[in-house]
Amino acid sequence: MTSIQENSRIKSAEQITEDIFRLTLHAPMIVSLAKPGQFVMVKTSSNLDPLLRRPFSIHDVSADGDLLLLYKTIGKGTTLLSALTQGMSVDLIGPLGNCFTYSGNHDVCLIGGGMGIAPLLFWARHLSSGVTKPGTHRVLLGARHRRELQPVATAFQSLGYNVDLATDDGSLGHHGFVSQLLPPILPSVQGVYVCGPTPLMQEVANQCHEIDIPCQASMETHMACGLGACLGCTIHGSDGTYKHVCKHGPIFDAKEVLWTI
Amino acid sequence: MDHLNNQSPVDLAVNIGGIQLANPVMTASGTFGYGREFAQFVNLDAIGGIVVKGISIEPRAGNPPQRIVETPCGMLNAIGLENVGLERFIAQKLPYLRSIKCRVVVNILGDSVEEYAYLAEKLSEHAGIDGLEVNISCPNVKKGGVAFGTNPAMAQAVTEAVKKHSTLPVIVKLSPNVTDIAAMAKAVEAGGADAISLINTLIGMAIDIDKRRPRLANIIGGLSGPAIKPIALRMVWQVANAVSIPVIGIGGIGTTEDALEFLIAGATAVQIGTANFYDPGAADTIISGLTTYLEQHNETSLINLIGSLDTGVLS
Ligand SMILES: Cc1cc2nc3c(=O)[nH]c(=O)nc-3n(C[C@H](O)[C@H](O)[C@H](O)COP(=O)(O)OP(=O)(O)OC[C@H]3O[C@@H](n4cnc5c(N)ncnc54)[C@H](O)[C@@H]3O)c2cc1C
Ligand SMILES: Cc1cc2nc3c(=O)[nH]c(=O)nc-3n(C[C@H](O)[C@H](O)[C@H](O)COP(=O)(O)O)c2cc1C
Ligand code: FES
Repeated sequence: MTSIQENSRIKSAEQITEDIFRLTLHAPMIVSLAKPGQFVMVKTSSNLDPLLRRPFSIHDVSADGDLLLLYKTIGKGTTLLSALTQGMSVDLIGPLGNCFTYSGNHDVCLIGGGMGIAPLLFWARHLSSGVTKPGTHRVLLGARHRRELQPVATAFQSLGYNVDLATDDGSLGHHGFVSQLLPPILPSVQGVYVCGPTPLMQEVANQCHEIDIPCQASMETHMACGLGACLGCTIHGSDGTYKHVCKHGPIFDAKEVLWTI
Repeated sequence: MDHLNNQSPVDLAVNIGGIQLANPVMTASGTFGYGREFAQFVNLDAIGGIVVKGISIEPRAGNPPQRIVETPCGMLNAIGLENVGLERFIAQKLPYLRSIKCRVVVNILGDSVEEYAYLAEKLSEHAGIDGLEVNISCPNVKKGGVAFGTNPAMAQAVTEAVKKHSTLPVIVKLSPNVTDIAAMAKAVEAGGADAISLINTLIGMAIDIDKRRPRLANIIGGLSGPAIKPIALRMVWQVANAVSIPVIGIGGIGTTEDALEFLIAGATAVQIGTANFYDPGAADTIISGLTTYLEQHNETSLINLIGSLDTGVLS
């Protein structure tokens, strides 16, 4: 897949909660190539510390070349990113990695937990853009608190999706894990797409495995290059080999992943 | 008007023990894949040379995750020499490398002198390879090259074996994890090396204080990036003064100024490593930066710069 280096301009930088941010970058070249599930490597500093670029899923794109990132401040790189303001430029490499795939016209379920929601909006937009009707697909989203869930859930709802929600503290939707919303839905869908913390993805992968429903999971690892050059981004594959998240992923058939490690 | 001519009046060409490079900017093993990964970010035809990821006889799976950790101005890696192996390198990677104009150097690694010799012999049979770089220094694999890189007699023996079994120019890549780098350099020169490259990564470590666990699954790993540049520069200077074969400087090079420091210290060429990860166009930038520097300093040839360090007493 083609990827490029592009100097994007910040169109807006919104703070959603104390540690969650949404960045709208004008990056028409990358957007023209981007597919749902892919990611970008973002330069968060103009000097040598932090040294490496940070990987972020493409949260959404617009027809006029905007690329959205949804991220949480974790450490040095994301904190620097959160200080950037409208009009500033951000150096991106992308789009990178493979993408979600959908075959046939069956109903599917998208499940996101925390920042794992990020790649699902672009995917939901794609699925609603003519392939099938949004109402028939299911979207399950979970987060710690209403404050961080509501603003991102709204974006799915405005695409026409019926969205079921869960929060850790019960402040919105189901009180508990988003994976607990899946069992009643699972028999009525033919595919599941999951992104979020590893325990969530593992739980969803298990549920799908038990009744033999295909599941695609978006995986995270530490990355130095995102280009397939450093070989640093490995995860354990179920066949005993190592998989490189930036090249073979980030989207994996859940059966290809060894979840128990 | 002459200066509007595309042909720059400055000459960047250098010769590394028989490998003629259009310019002294190479890319370091393990940081540039097999070239193709960077085709969209840098003009591969214009790079002086590409050193490919280290190749062993059989494919290697490498170390379990986590394999990389970022550190201040640097990174630790414990990739564990994952590579496609000799056969797949020749069948799947070499044809593309042959199609680009720059020089191709194959980095090799083995567990025994015989393995290095075998790799040298087999790779010499194939067109499109301009030289070998012998990795005697990778700190990642417990059973691997570490003994060769820290013992002068062993390093000399590997060099001799590779030279004997190959018709290609041989670059020996030194480990910095030694007390006396000049002694290592002299040993490989005595073994017949056509050139020396240095440094490979410095062995380091990082700990997760919440889990009280090492951050790398391999516990220890190799430190690279801008953080190691002063050490690399010192070692390159010491080695350039100790041997008469060409030296290639490696370690934390990311800008034209970095490359110039190494050339002035005595390196005939440089390799860009970790910088490719955060700045995949670094090689292009440095090549044009060198031209600009020479023009500004009224030098017509880069060769005049090499080893031009003046250490005369400063009062
Ligand atoms: C394919 C992919 C997509 C991602 N998409 C998103 C997203 O859409 N939104 C979001 O908030 N986060 C996302 N992440 C995680 C994000 O990359 C990390 O949160 C970020 O790198 C942390 O950087 P930092 O400097 O703030 O943290 P630090 O802890 O200071 O970073 C230190 C080093 O560890 C790495 N690192 C730390 N946490 C992670 C992590 N969870 N995954 C990978 N590397 C990590 C950093 O990249 C850096 O190299 C994604 C990760 C991957 C691999
Ligand atoms: C991820 C990674 C993989 C590497 N793999 C190899 C290798 O296979 N063989 C080798 O000789 N050196 C390898 N190196 C070492 C580099 O070629 C180089 O010597 C070192 O990183 C120092 O240069 P730098 O600071 O510019 O990166 C690797 C370095 C990194 C960061
Ligand atoms: S991040 Fe470098 S190979 Fe995947």
